[in-house]
Amino acid sequence: IMLKGMTRLVSRVHKAKHGEQHVGQHYNISIQELKTVFPHGLPPRFVMQVKTFNEACLMVRKPALELLHYLKNTNFAHPAVRYVLYGEKGTGKTLSLCHIIHFCAKQDWLILHIPDAHLWVKNCRDLLQSTYNKQRFDQPLEASVWLKNFKTANERFLSQIKVQDKYVWNKRESTEKGSPLAEVVEQGIMRVRNATDAVGIVLKELKRQSSLGIFRLLVAVDGVNALWGRTTLKREDKSLIAPEELALIYNLRKMVKNDWQGGAIVLTVSQTGSLFKPRKAYLPQELLGKEGFDTLDPFIPILVSNYNPKEFEACIQYYLENSWLQHEKAHTEEGKKELLFLSNRNPGLLERLCAYL
Amino acid sequence: MAAPCVSCGAAASYRLFLAGRVSFAREQGLWKAAAAGLQTGTRCQILRLKHSPAVTTKKNVAALRRESYTVDFIKKQIEEFNIGKRHLANMMGEDPETFTQEDIDRAITYLFPSGLFEKRARPIMKHPEEIFPKQRAIQWGEDGRPFHFLFYTGKQSYYSLMHEAYGKVLHVEERQDQLRAKGLFSEKPKTKDPIGSRWLIKEELEEMLVEKLSDQDYAQFIRLLERLSALPCDAAEEEFVGRFRRTVTVQSKKHLIEPLQYDEQGMAFSTGRGKRKTANAEAVVHGHGSGKIEINGVDYLLYFPVTQDREQLMFPFHFLDRLGKHDVTCTVSGGGRSSQAGAIRLAVARALCSFITEDEVEWMRQEQTEA
Repeated sequence: IMLKGMTRLVSRVHKAKHGEQHVGQHYNISIQELKTVFPHGLPPRFVMQVKTFNEACLMVRKPALELLHYLKNTNFAHPAVRYVLYGEKGTGKTLSLCHIIHFCAKQDWLILHIPDAHLWVKNCRDLLQSTYNKQRFDQPLEASVWLKNFKTANERFLSQIKVQDKYVWNKRESTEKGSPLAEVVEQGIMRVRNATDAVGIVLKELKRQSSLGIFRLLVAVDGVNALWGRTTLKREDKSLIAPEELALIYNLRKMVKNDWQGGAIVLTVSQTGSLFKPRKAYLPQELLGKEGFDTLDPFIPILVSNYNPKEFEACIQYYLENSWLQHEKAHTEEGKKELLFLSNRNPGLLERLCAYL
Repeated sequence: MAAPCVSCGAAASYRLFLAGRVSFAREQGLWKAAAAGLQTGTRCQILRLKHSPAVTTKKNVAALRRESYTVDFIKKQIEEFNIGKRHLANMMGEDPETFTQEDIDRAITYLFPSGLFEKRARPIMKHPEEIFPKQRAIQWGEDGRPFHFLFYTGKQSYYSLMHEAYGKVLHVEERQDQLRAKGLFSEKPKTKDPIGSRWLIKEELEEMLVEKLSDQDYAQFIRLLERLSALPCDAAEEEFVGRFRRTVTVQSKKHLIEPLQYDEQGMAFSTGRGKRKTANAEAVVHGHGSGKIEINGVDYLLYFPVTQDREQLMFPFHFLDRLGKHDVTCTVSGGGRSSQAGAIRLAVARALCSFITEDEVEWMRQEQTEA
């Protein structure tokens, strides 16, 4: 039974039309779209798979569908609703997030996607004292990388949105009120020292202006538990830095507060990159900590679990069609049962297992 | 009872050989226990009496290889053994008439407790037939003419045995032809016990024939015997073949298989325990499940992130082709990651025994020991 043969029909269907009956089927994203919508943010193993198969296929699954349903029915006059995707390791939270981002991109939302907030709290090379606020720290590298990707993702909006304040960068450069956001972004990319401040400005402006209703804003953060956890960064005198002393984190926290309208906030909590959290923790409360939980409360939690049997079958069929499983027993029933048992229907594990086959 | 004790003490010390030492003397000797058809013939067998004392000095080690035991010597040993047995029975307060070999072993372990790890190095007292290796008498008479007609082949008993077996095969086939000619032939399929017995191994055959064999000889012999047993034989031939089979203890019979227990909803389940290194596991296997496994309350995917451990868990189910059919709940403690996986696997296998038939249990055990 070649399920995939039917899914090719689905791929041409606009994702807005994804409904209950499409659960378990794959849909295609063309490679060009991939470059514009996801300059960053796909999990690395998935990127490798895309490169191997020469096409990107995401599976339609229930949590993502649920979220899409909510998003379609949001009332943009109300404050932004927060959705938190949580689940055990390898169940597909990041890919569900990417599904949603793609959907919103198709619907012409402005995507504010932070691929992994954990990257901002650990392994940072250079910390500068912030120019804007003396007590905070800047991370020029991460900020500039993110600005570049943001620019690629949202080109068309950057010229439309106008800045509402005047910002002075240094003695010679400044941005006037009313100039397009693209200038701010350019400034951040060129002057790496000011990149963090540029990020802060972008976030502030977007938040302010999305309430006006010109565009819809989607804030998507992966690994949001990094915002309230601990960091591994130290000052020169080897004392630990708290997250709020990092400018990027501080601005991001303001972003995920639901005091603005006209969009939605979708977050995932993940243990994989988190610091100082036990391996088995996957509930939002454990991973966010008390402070984070209080800040994010109220939110709508969405559990992402392992594949159900239909999805598992579909995944195996997909691999078989792309000739990914070369073992002769992979086609048989017992082979499938073995894979089922060994991975217990966990998508990440199944993918790793099949890599050997 | 001082005097008899002293004498029996001497006899007993004489008897208590270290068996390992005796195994050196395996070469051609002068006396053979089961010399077929050699009882006739001249009695003037030139004997080289090299009677080995209980203690050997270093000088005699080279001479040990050509050691030989005469008929009289062995007879004397047997008498002494019997007397010693009666004395031992007296000492232990048991009846000398009904004193079996097991009683002797028990008495010896009681009287001479030994802390040696190697079981064969401990004191033993057995019948001389078991201790002294079988040796061959001289195969030729006074005039130099050999007794057996196949002497010049070099392996006379082996070839004579082959002749005998082949003769039996021909005989059976002849009988079959006769029956077929008469029209009374009936195809009777042979049913042999597949698991209970095995062929002799090469060492055992060598010991039986008191001759050295090569691997090809042994293989040839076994092929011939299998051919013979494949034909419909009658009692005499069965008995002939039976001489070359040894029973294999069915080990799984020792392991009690508990019947299935039923809990409130009427679903069948069974428990099993397993140990490996220092890990202890107890597993409860439910029938009609969906393949979920829970360990100490945690899903097995989280408990064993390493694929190798999960493969260990999969093995009993995979073997019986029951991968998605049972639910398991188990508790495990002690040991490390890999030994816990092994312990759970054993417990699950034991619990699964209640769900399957006995033959499959035996098959599972054999496959596991082979694999």
